[in-house]
Amino acid sequence: MSDAAKILALHFGLLALLVALQFLLPAYHHGNLARIMVLASYAIGYNLLFGYTGLLSLGHAMFFAAGMYGMGLSVRHLGFTPAPALLAGIATGLALSAAFGALALRTAGVAFMIVTLMFAQAGYLIILYFGEYTRGDEGFVIQQSQRVLWGIDLTQPTARYFAAFTLFAACLLLSLQVIRRPFGKTLIAIRENEDRARMLGYDVFAHKLGAVILSGTVSAAAGAFYGLLFGYAGASFATVQYSILPLLWVLLGGAGTIIGPFIGALFTFYLIDIASGLTDAYMAVVGVVLLMLTLFASQGIGGELRARVWSWLP
Amino acid sequence: MEIGPYLMLASLEGAVTAAVLALTAVGLSLVFGVMRVVNVAHGEFFMLGAVLAWWVATSLGGHPAIGFAAALIVAPVLVGLIAAAADMTILKRLEYDPERTIVATIGLLYIIQQITLMTYGPDARPVEPPFNTRLALPWVEWGESGPALYWPWGLGTTTYKLAVIGAAGVVLVGVWGLMTRTRIGLVMRATQLDREMAQAFGIPVERVYALVFGLGAALAALGAVLVVPIQQAHYLMGHDPLLLSFIVVIVGGLGSLPGTVVAAVLIGMSDGIISVFFTPTLAKILATLLVALVLVFRPQGLFGARPA
Amino acid sequence: MTLLSTRGLAKDFGGLRAVHNVDFDLPQGQIRALIGPNGAGKTTFVGMLCGRLTPSAGRVAFDGADISTLPAHKRIRLGMAYTFQITSVFARLSCHENVALAVRRRHGDEASEVPAALVRVGLGHLEQALAGDLSYGHQRLLEIAMGLAQRPRLLILDEPTQGLSDSEIQAFKALIRDLSAEATILLIEHNMDVVMATADRVTVLNFGEILAEGTPPEIRADRAVQAAYLGTG
Repeated sequence: MSDAAKILALHFGLLALLVALQFLLPAYHHGNLARIMVLASYAIGYNLLFGYTGLLSLGHAMFFAAGMYGMGLSVRHLGFTPAPALLAGIATGLALSAAFGALALRTAGVAFMIVTLMFAQAGYLIILYFGEYTRGDEGFVIQQSQRVLWGIDLTQPTARYFAAFTLFAACLLLSLQVIRRPFGKTLIAIRENEDRARMLGYDVFAHKLGAVILSGTVSAAAGAFYGLLFGYAGASFATVQYSILPLLWVLLGGAGTIIGPFIGALFTFYLIDIASGLTDAYMAVVGVVLLMLTLFASQGIGGELRARVWSWLP
Repeated sequence: MEIGPYLMLASLEGAVTAAVLALTAVGLSLVFGVMRVVNVAHGEFFMLGAVLAWWVATSLGGHPAIGFAAALIVAPVLVGLIAAAADMTILKRLEYDPERTIVATIGLLYIIQQITLMTYGPDARPVEPPFNTRLALPWVEWGESGPALYWPWGLGTTTYKLAVIGAAGVVLVGVWGLMTRTRIGLVMRATQLDREMAQAFGIPVERVYALVFGLGAALAALGAVLVVPIQQAHYLMGHDPLLLSFIVVIVGGLGSLPGTVVAAVLIGMSDGIISVFFTPTLAKILATLLVALVLVFRPQGLFGARPA
Repeated sequence: MTLLSTRGLAKDFGGLRAVHNVDFDLPQGQIRALIGPNGAGKTTFVGMLCGRLTPSAGRVAFDGADISTLPAHKRIRLGMAYTFQITSVFARLSCHENVALAVRRRHGDEASEVPAALVRVGLGHLEQALAGDLSYGHQRLLEIAMGLAQRPRLLILDEPTQGLSDSEIQAFKALIRDLSAEATILLIEHNMDVVMATADRVTVLNFGEILAEGTPPEIRADRAVQAAYLGTG
């Protein structure tokens, strides 16, 4: 098999497996997997910026929340139906990431990380400040009657699973396409050696801005779907914790690999699930895993797979 | 209360915030200045200081002053040792790579915070101040017969709060003296200027780093011990000091100690005064946006000189 | 026709004058060597030509147009290429991808041009190797291949022979002569043998100023140049 065929086989194989699992999994894990697919889509968005462009953001929760609130608020206050509400969420993420990127990309390295952290913190506080509309920390529920998309009731487990699957498949194939095209290859070049890429005549700023917008918009799409599928929008999704989680997923699964975000989200979800059954202090697990990854396996699972078994892994 | 006395009260409260913030932020700034790394777990060292202060004070018993005095020594030393150990086991292995250090200290943040939750629990617990006499303060009013003093109801402070401001001032002068007047300070500054050159001249850079990281954490812990009789110890209390320290260090110019102190005073004071006019949430929104914009448009800080 | 010229070009680093008031003209089709002692400002000077450094004063014109305010990537797009003094390749990407990045930017034909550029510098057999795994000399050659693949009108090479073996240097000299039909070349070079064998004209920089300019034999005979190099002036 050629490398291209192997790549297609792996990624479509994963999607086929996820379709099959819908019919096989018991209810509890079925629900979990739907959630994981949406979170993995968020991680894919994060990975486009961190893994492929080499820009470490500590503020992606603002994009996730932008999608979630862009969707949720337009349902709650403007009476939008799900389809336009999802589009509103995605558009909010697009606009926010464009504005944010134009400002934040004037910085680099550690300053960029802190700028992302600060903007996201401001975003979280803004949600609290407008508590009259957002109901702040408490959040608000999106009613079952408001979650019917084209006649499909998204509160039904099967419908919800396939909606999550559709989002995940779209994000996975999108990211695969992006990095196989010149734009994505240029992002990788910028990650590897920004100065060299510039001296080959590439507009580094424009490419990075493109990456921020793509990454922010995918993250917002995940946020919008999350709110719609699970019927809730709350400020906790805008906290620092939701900026750290995608970093953790991507580091664990393998930064700069297409399937890494899914692997990382899957592992982390069950790790936290098991740990929270044992102790209230389950976030300690997140700390330990982050620390161990940084110290001993900075390539993550996907990176190790690429180094040891599948050298063709994109 | 009228606006004048109200502002004075806000300034007094702001001065206490500024004093504690200056200690915490100088710790962060020291680490960034000498080691060129950002310690995201800094707020947790602050929290650890407060929790250890509670632990020392309650296990000693007797007059509150005894427990508090012991905590003032024990908590910063213990926290400093923990931080130095973290430096030697973790940061050293990462070779102080800026980005990986941030990720690792995020991990450290969760570990410290969650271990505290497991052992100390989710409750907020107070430490009794060693002394706490209430002082009413006068205000000047222009009456028909010229200026006259009066004592508005609610305008006052406590001896303890004044002592916090004084103690922070003394410690900051001490840190400044340490950095500029001693051999160890010279060694730190040499390491800051050029790590490799310092190593070539026989400075034990690794030990200097462990010392600086420990000292930075100890300053945060000291700030926490001072504030815990006013604010109570809680496992999530590290969040705000971390954010505020970031704000201060960035506005003051990364790694500049005098800039950090000026910014701490400015932000601590304005936090008190702004919250007279705005809600605390709006004040925080403005402060975080200010930091982001300072980093974007004036990365050398508001008070730093533009590098040539 | 003059392809590149500067007028009054200068750069200060915090009061330190690295390049001072340089007027420089490079006619199309020439191979020009830029020489000078260490610290003479050669890399600073070419850094200002291709936009990596902002001049403190002065203008740069390329192909008759003033490019003083253009960012680096736009100057490259006008037809400049620059190879770094300290090797700068995409270490974790294959040699193929390194060169392909140069070809793709100008929408060239990746399948034919990438192998051609690699073969031309003698790296045809290493197309799939990771750039970071190459020897230092091979990485330098890879950089030159990336420069070629950009099909530049002006190729700026910053000490390209540093770290090359004798046989590689011989091949490099032939390559440069061969290239002069397609591109104007500005060569910063320490190896006098290479300068004498390849350059049409030589410009000597010293303390940030042009000390002399002429044909290689003229420069070799110039007393001021000898003094600058030997420190007897």
